[in-house]
Amino acid sequence: MSNPQSEPLVELESVVKRFDDFVAVKSMDLTIGKGEFVAIMGPSGCGKTTTLRMLAGLEQPTEGEIRIGGELMNDVPPHDRDTPMVWQSLALFPFLNARENVEFGLKMRKVPAAERKKRALEWLDRLGIGEFAERNVATLSGGQRQRVALARSLVTEPKLLLLDEPLSALDAHLVIRMQSVLTKLQRELGITFVYVTHSQSEAFAMADRVVIMSQGEIAQIGSSRDIYREPANRFVAEFVGRNNIISGKVVKVTKGKAEVIAASGTYVVEAGDLLEGQETTFVISADLVQITREATKSENSVQCSLISEEFIGSVVTLFLEAADGTEFKVQLQERELSTLDHGAGDEFYLSWPAKSAHIIDGA
Amino acid sequence: MKESNTLKWFLWIYIGLIFVFIFSPIIFSMIFSFNSARFPTIPLESFTWHWYETIWNDSDVWQAAKTSVIVSSCTAVIATALGFATAYSDFRYNFRFKGPYLALVLLPPTIPLIILALAMLAWFSKIGTSGQIYSIVIAHSVMTAPFAMAIIRLRLNQIDENLEAAAWNLGASEWRAMKEVILPFCKPAIVSSLCLTAAVSFDEFAVAWFVSGLNKTIPVMIMEIVTGNIDPRVNAIGTFVFITSMTLVIIAQIFFMTRPKEASAQ
Repeated sequence: MSNPQSEPLVELESVVKRFDDFVAVKSMDLTIGKGEFVAIMGPSGCGKTTTLRMLAGLEQPTEGEIRIGGELMNDVPPHDRDTPMVWQSLALFPFLNARENVEFGLKMRKVPAAERKKRALEWLDRLGIGEFAERNVATLSGGQRQRVALARSLVTEPKLLLLDEPLSALDAHLVIRMQSVLTKLQRELGITFVYVTHSQSEAFAMADRVVIMSQGEIAQIGSSRDIYREPANRFVAEFVGRNNIISGKVVKVTKGKAEVIAASGTYVVEAGDLLEGQETTFVISADLVQITREATKSENSVQCSLISEEFIGSVVTLFLEAADGTEFKVQLQERELSTLDHGAGDEFYLSWPAKSAHIIDGA
Repeated sequence: MKESNTLKWFLWIYIGLIFVFIFSPIIFSMIFSFNSARFPTIPLESFTWHWYETIWNDSDVWQAAKTSVIVSSCTAVIATALGFATAYSDFRYNFRFKGPYLALVLLPPTIPLIILALAMLAWFSKIGTSGQIYSIVIAHSVMTAPFAMAIIRLRLNQIDENLEAAAWNLGASEWRAMKEVILPFCKPAIVSSLCLTAAVSFDEFAVAWFVSGLNKTIPVMIMEIVTGNIDPRVNAIGTFVFITSMTLVIIAQIFFMTRPKEASAQ
């Protein structure tokens, strides 16, 4: 699955991008392998789109080097690169029909008209919209236009495809469908996808590796699982959003376990390199927390009252508050919840084993 | 509801009166162009093509019409090219003194025509280019380029800002993207601008009168006829000018309005 060791296709070395006084990207190092699906994720303004635009040549790095296929790309203009992009707005040419849109890249490469048409139609068919080839793009639905945009970018058979939040304008059910279209295409074609998004579900569902960016810097690179279970820092833990983050002071280290005093209580975590007297922060994924009416004999237990709940499909997130006001999140399946008989303000016990805690600070 | 109905009626009547006010003189002029009487008086005498036959056989009218057509078509092309260049530079680039640059570009229509005309005459005489057909073309291009710029700039406002970058991304050089994306996108506005600037130039009297010398355009000729005496030929020529201009303006409007379908592409 994740193959950062494969032959590199895209290399960013100490890349900096400044716009006047604003630093959009601060010294970025990133290597993307051939055939890899990498998602770059982060809040708006984190530099993810700027990074993508630099790969497309629409922005030039202020410092550092960008290489694609081993070749230095810093000063290569966009039209001399083979880095097609799927745009957030799709940017289909409104005065051309679907087929002519797809043919555009071939036309620029001086492919003869007959072959252009043949290849464009093949791609439209492959994406299941062959019947709309001669339709004005304005008359197509969102999902159909999405496919035209994909076909337009892929018809030149590039080694690298850039995608800038391509699904953000689609309805939820179409997003899921397009996700599977994209992953399937990527696997079949074996080309590299660099996918910029602010949506975790898109990134986690599709990417081999996820790059989390914050304020122009890479906060973490890893598989979906790494980022979800083992956030590298507080930013990632908060950004992923389903983590309980606890900070406190190590008071005792015995038999590989450390005791941490935090505002909401005393907790036990696996000691690792923790030393007595040290400040530390650890996270517990919301889905690893057990919720019960009665106190349990678990290593970690905290009494909380229920504030609110949030349903997303069959998954429920409960928001609770400890006596000192610390917020806790518990995630569980809807059917588990129905056995709990709960109401706002009810008291519950949250518990988790020491090994569920992941230390992000002071390790 | 009742009040808004009253208001609606009031507004319709108001608009109706405006149209009557503007168009009745023109319509009267058209009617008199088919009237056999020499003076524009009511009751009308008999129907006649006489005045049209007179101007058809008048070589001076033909000469003026030819001048007008040459001037207005050259003006349309030059003004639209200038207007497009300005609109695109405003759309695409940011640069120092862009504000003053745009203010200067849009200045000509705010200058009183007579002042513009005098200034043009003085300047053309000074550099020895007055009284030529191209003097009128230059003067009219200066006057109408801002309209061309406004029409094309409005069109560019509707473009997806990534459209041009998408063309580069697919292998089009900057010139190629201009040809393949920007120009086709602006086509309705360009046609609209060509028609409108041609219409303005075709109708324009003051500046043409000052700088035309012996190369009379049709409005200049009309003016010379009416200053001499009352001549119903003027009605016939006027009808011809009115129909030409209205046709151009209506074509301009039709092209200017062709956007809703594309705008919904977002």
